[in-house]
Amino acid sequence: MNKLFSAIKNGLLDENPTFRLVLGTCPTLAVTTAAWNGVGMGLAVTFVLVFSNLFVSLLRRFIPHRVRIPCFILIIAAFSTIVDLCLQAFVPALSESLGIFIPLIVVNCIILARAEAVAYQHGPLISMADGLGCGLGFTIAITLIAIVREVLGSGTFFGLDVTGGVYVPMAIMVKAPGGFLVYGLLLAAFGTLLAARRKKEADE
Amino acid sequence: MNLVLIIISAVLVNNFVMSRFLGICPFLGVSKRLDTALGMSAAVTFVMALASLFTYFVNLLLVRLEIEYLRTIAFILVIASLVQLVEIVLQKVSPTLHKSMGVYLPLITTNCAVLGVANINVNEGYGLLESVVNGTAAAIGFALALILFAGVRERLENSAVPKALRGTPIALIAAGLMAIAFMGFAGLG
Repeated sequence: MNKLFSAIKNGLLDENPTFRLVLGTCPTLAVTTAAWNGVGMGLAVTFVLVFSNLFVSLLRRFIPHRVRIPCFILIIAAFSTIVDLCLQAFVPALSESLGIFIPLIVVNCIILARAEAVAYQHGPLISMADGLGCGLGFTIAITLIAIVREVLGSGTFFGLDVTGGVYVPMAIMVKAPGGFLVYGLLLAAFGTLLAARRKKEADE
Repeated sequence: MNLVLIIISAVLVNNFVMSRFLGICPFLGVSKRLDTALGMSAAVTFVMALASLFTYFVNLLLVRLEIEYLRTIAFILVIASLVQLVEIVLQKVSPTLHKSMGVYLPLITTNCAVLGVANINVNEGYGLLESVVNGTAAAIGFALALILFAGVRERLENSAVPKALRGTPIALIAAGLMAIAFMGFAGLG
């Protein structure tokens, strides 16, 4: 139980895909123009990550080492197709705004990296926990980026107006350059916080 | 005329890296040095042009069989085998080129620009010629951004950057400034 818990925590903090490993950067930058998009994208990736990890782990004794990457990609592609069809059917608005980035979950390097590094070598439960941790870590991270960009760029928080007439939204934050800038600054902040925490732990 | 418009749009206005956010991983990963950036650009251009060609026919087949929902799976399989094929052919035909491009080739399978351009071609309803032109132009746009950025990053290496921003954060901020420059092309389309 403890092991599962630490696998989840590992994905949330120490190996956070967005802020520590800097993987899956394309959707991170592209869909974070509004907070709901960040949540939707994050949960879609989490779903694919948990189930692809589960299946890779279950099949790990049958997948030959030499062709493992194509096998992983096929498993991942199957689940991202499921997500794509479900989103189109149940939340068409979200599907519309995430657009091309839903089928592109297949080539999200977080998922392939977890399949290769964790699921191919561990049991199904640990792999699922790892998938869940990484997925939620990704979700929280891109939602955070999306909140910053939405508040600064559109003056709204999850769609609610928060400007209060105090400031004028800067449209550039929800355009392409804002994505790079906000991600870069948050990455620096997260890195500094983590380094400070490590230093404190080492001192104790 | 339409083709010229597609080229300008794919290279400058809707630049894959700077405005559509496709292919960011290799953009950040291999832009540390100019020569690796050149190698990666060449490999990506080659694969994207070929991928646009092949996925056009695969899509025709899928539509004919009425199994369009398998598009993602079919496309990624085509791209993965294409990359493998290019690698094998290159190894036989030109070992020197293979050596300089070799390490980048396997990485291209998971470059979202390749699958992205295949999807965009289908969504926009491009014909065969338009697809290939769009694929090649998008790859040139990717190469342009990557090579320019490699130049910027080589300069960053030698400058005094605050400790917290060293490494990826400053690279992202530099990319943001470059994206502002690319926004200037917005009126051209």
